[in-house]
Amino acid sequence: VTADSQAILVPHVEDDPHAGHPAQGVNTALLGMLLFIGSELMFFAGLFGAYFNTRASALGLGQPWPPAGLENVVEPSIVPIAATIILVLSSGTMQLAVWRIRKGDRRGMNRALALTLIMGIAFLLMQAYDYLNFVTQDGFGINSGVYGSLFFTMTGFHGAHVFGGAVGIAVVLLRGMAGQFSARHHIAVEAVSAYWHFVDIVWIGLFATLYFLK
Amino acid sequence: MATTTLAPRAGVYTGRRSWIYEWLTTTDHKKIGAMYVTTAFGFFILGGIFALLIRSELAIPGVQFVDPETYNQLFTIHGTTMIFLFVMPMMTGLANFVVPLQIGAADMAFPRINALGFWMVPLGGLLLYSGYAVGGAADAGWTGYAPLSEQSGAGVDLWIAALVLLGFSSILGAINFLATIFKMRAPGLTLMRMPLFVWNTLVTSVLLLFSIPVLTSGLMMLFIDRNYGGGFFDPAQGGNPILWQHVFWFFGHPEVYVLILPAFGIVTEIVPVFSRKPLFGYKAFVFATTAIGALGFTVWAHHMFTTGAVYLPFFSFFTFLISVPTGIKFFNWLATMWGGKLKIDTPMLYAMGFIALFLIGGLDGAFLAVVPFDFHVQDTYWVVSHLHYVLVAGSVFGIFAGLFYWFPKMTGRMLNERLGKIQWVLLFVGTNLAFFPMHLLGLDGMVRRIVDYAPNPGWTELNFLSTIGAFMIALSVIPFLWNVFTTLRLPKTAPDDPWDGYTLEWATTSPPPPYNFDVLPPVRSERPLFDLKHGAVAARGVALPAVAGTTHDETRADPPEEVLGEPVEGHSPQAEAGDVQPGVSAAAPDAIAHEDRPTTATETTSSVTDVPPKEPKK
Repeated sequence: VTADSQAILVPHVEDDPHAGHPAQGVNTALLGMLLFIGSELMFFAGLFGAYFNTRASALGLGQPWPPAGLENVVEPSIVPIAATIILVLSSGTMQLAVWRIRKGDRRGMNRALALTLIMGIAFLLMQAYDYLNFVTQDGFGINSGVYGSLFFTMTGFHGAHVFGGAVGIAVVLLRGMAGQFSARHHIAVEAVSAYWHFVDIVWIGLFATLYFLK
Repeated sequence: MATTTLAPRAGVYTGRRSWIYEWLTTTDHKKIGAMYVTTAFGFFILGGIFALLIRSELAIPGVQFVDPETYNQLFTIHGTTMIFLFVMPMMTGLANFVVPLQIGAADMAFPRINALGFWMVPLGGLLLYSGYAVGGAADAGWTGYAPLSEQSGAGVDLWIAALVLLGFSSILGAINFLATIFKMRAPGLTLMRMPLFVWNTLVTSVLLLFSIPVLTSGLMMLFIDRNYGGGFFDPAQGGNPILWQHVFWFFGHPEVYVLILPAFGIVTEIVPVFSRKPLFGYKAFVFATTAIGALGFTVWAHHMFTTGAVYLPFFSFFTFLISVPTGIKFFNWLATMWGGKLKIDTPMLYAMGFIALFLIGGLDGAFLAVVPFDFHVQDTYWVVSHLHYVLVAGSVFGIFAGLFYWFPKMTGRMLNERLGKIQWVLLFVGTNLAFFPMHLLGLDGMVRRIVDYAPNPGWTELNFLSTIGAFMIALSVIPFLWNVFTTLRLPKTAPDDPWDGYTLEWATTSPPPPYNFDVLPPVRSERPLFDLKHGAVAARGVALPAVAGTTHDETRADPPEEVLGEPVEGHSPQAEAGDVQPGVSAAAPDAIAHEDRPTTATETTSSVTDVPPKEPKK
C-alpha cells in the first residue's frame, strides 16, 4: 500500500463526470451553452448598436434613412415573410424534439429534428434567393454605402449562425439516429435547442428592425 | 482483497508517451495553466523588446534608430502584444492553475475547450506578427482608430484576424471559468466563502463574456470596410468613424478591468496571508468587485470626451463613481495590514508595491474623469503614464506577486527570495523612473505616438530618464529568468503550504497530483485551511500535509464529530483524472463509498489509518 492509496474513496458520480453537485441546478454543459449564447447576444448587440448609431447620425444630420435611392429596396415581401414564418415555426419543431426525447420518444425526436433541419435549410435558401435578387435586380450590395453594409453584415452574420445551428441539428440528428439519446441523456439536444431559439429570436429582432422600423 | 473496482480502465494508460506528446495533448488545467504562463511570459519579453526600441528612439529628440512607419508598427505591436498576448493569457494561466485548486475541483468544467482556448493564443500571436512578413505589421495603434485603420496596409487585416482569434479564446475561457466556478465548488464552499481571486476571476469572466463579442463585431465591420467596400466608418459612404470608438471602447473599458481585476484578486489573496490576519471586509471586497464589473460597462465614452459626440456629465459622473469601489479595496488592503504581523517575502513585497503604485495610476485616472483636464491632456503622455501605472505597476506587479506566491505550488520548488528582492527593487525603481516623468511631459503637452519631439526645455531630460527606467525594467527581468532557471534545476523540496496559507490550493501537495485532491478539508468559512490548522481538526489525521513551523492551537483534544473531514460528494478524482493512479487499486474495497451509502466520519478516518494521528499538545 503506497501513500497514494490513502485516498478517501468518494462517491462515484456516473452521469456527468464534471458535475460537482449532480442534482443541483442547470447541467454544466447546458450552462456553458447558455453563457455562449450570452456572448453571441452581445455580438449582435454590437451590430444593432452600429445600426442605430448610424441611423441616428443620419437622421440627426437631416438625411433620410434609409439613404436616398435605397428607400424601398428592403421591403417585407413574400419571400422574407415566408422565411420568417418558417424560422419561427422551426423553433416550435425544435422544442417538440426536446419534449419528445424528454419522454424517451427517440423516433419522435428524430422526426422533429429532421423537420427542423429542413426548415432551417429552407430559410437559408430563401435568404440566398433574397440576396441574389438584391444584388442582381436592385444593385444593392454590401458596398452600397453604410446602409448596404449594415443590412448585409447583420443578416449575413445571422445567416451564418443559422448555418451553424443547422450543423448542430444535423449532428444531434445523426446521434439521435444512432440511438445515443434517452429520456435521461440528451443534453446535446437541449443545448442545440437553446441555440436555435436564440437564432430565431435574433431574426425576429432583425426582421422587425431592418424590414419594418428601418 | 485488492480489486480493481475503482480503476476499471487500469492498464489502458500503460504505454509511455513522450513528454512532448504529453504537453501537446494535455487537458490538465495545471499543465494548461503552466503553458499559458510560459507563453505569456515569452510574449512579455517580445513586447518588452518593442518597448525598448520605442524608448531608445525617444531617448533624445530627432529620429535616430527607426523611421516613422516602423515606429508606428512598434507601438501598435507593443500595445497589442502586452494586452492580448501577455497580460490576458498570463491572468488566464494563473486563474487556470489556481481557480480549480482554490474551489476544490479536479479540473475545469470543460478541459478540452480549455486546451483549445490555450492553443489559440500562440496562433493569434503568429497571426499578429505575420504582418511583418506581408509588408509591415499593423500600424494604427492598439486601439485601431478609424479612419487610420481603414487606410493602412495588410498588417491591419492580420491584426484583426489575430484579435478575433484571441477574443474567441477569451470567450471560451470565460465560459469555462464561469461554469467551473458555478458548478464545481467543493461542498460548503458557498459563493460568499470563495477566495477573492476566484471572485475576481468570476467578474473578469463576465466582463470578457459580454465585452469581447462587441469588439468582434467592430472588428468584423472594420474588416468588411477594408476588404468588401463596406462603409461603416467611412463618412463618404454615410458611415461614422466615431462608431468605431464606441464599439472599441465598449469593449476597451471593461477590458481595462479584465487586465486589473485578476491582479486585485492576487493581491487580495496575498495581503491577508502575509499579514497573518483575516481579510478586512470580505463582503465589501466582493461587492466592490462586482460593482467595478457592473460600472465598467457604463464608462466607455470617457475615452471619447474630446469627440464632442458623447454626453460628458454622464460619463464623467460614472467614471468618478467607479473609483469608489476601487477606493474601498485600497482601504480594505490597508486595514488588513494594519496591526498585522507582516511577513515581507517577495509576494508580499510585490503586493505592497502594487498597492503603492496602483494608487498613483488610479489617481491619474480620476484626474482624467475631470472633463476640462481630460481635454487638456487628451492624447498626451499623461495618458501613457496613467495606463502604464495601472498596467505595469498594477497588472505586472500583481502578476509577479502571483508568480512568486504560487510558484511552489506549480513546480514544487521555492523561488529564491534574494533574487526576488533584487528584481523587485529594479522593477520598482524602473517603473517609477520610466513612467513618472511622462506625467510632466503630458502636462507640458507632449503628444503620444509620434516618433520625434521638439527639444523643448526639460523634455530631453525627462525622456532620457524615462528611457533609463525602461531599461531598468528590462534589467529586472534577468534576475527573474535566472531565478526560475536555477530553481527549476533544484529538487522539489517546497513544502505543500510554504506560506501558511488560508485557501484550499495549499491543502494538496506541491505540485498537486493530476486529480488535485485526495481529500478536501471541510469548508466552513472563507479560510478553510486556517480553520483546519487552528481548529484542531488536523488532530484526527485527515489526509492533509502536515504543516510545519506553525503555531497550532491544538489544545482541544477532542474535536466535535461534525468538524471532522467530511466525505467529498461529487468529487471523484479517480474517475476524472485521465491517468490511473498507481496504488489506487490496492485500496481496500470496503472503503468504497457509494452515493446511496454515505461515508461516515468513522470510515473517513479509518481509510487513512496509515497517517499517524497527531497527538494534541498538552
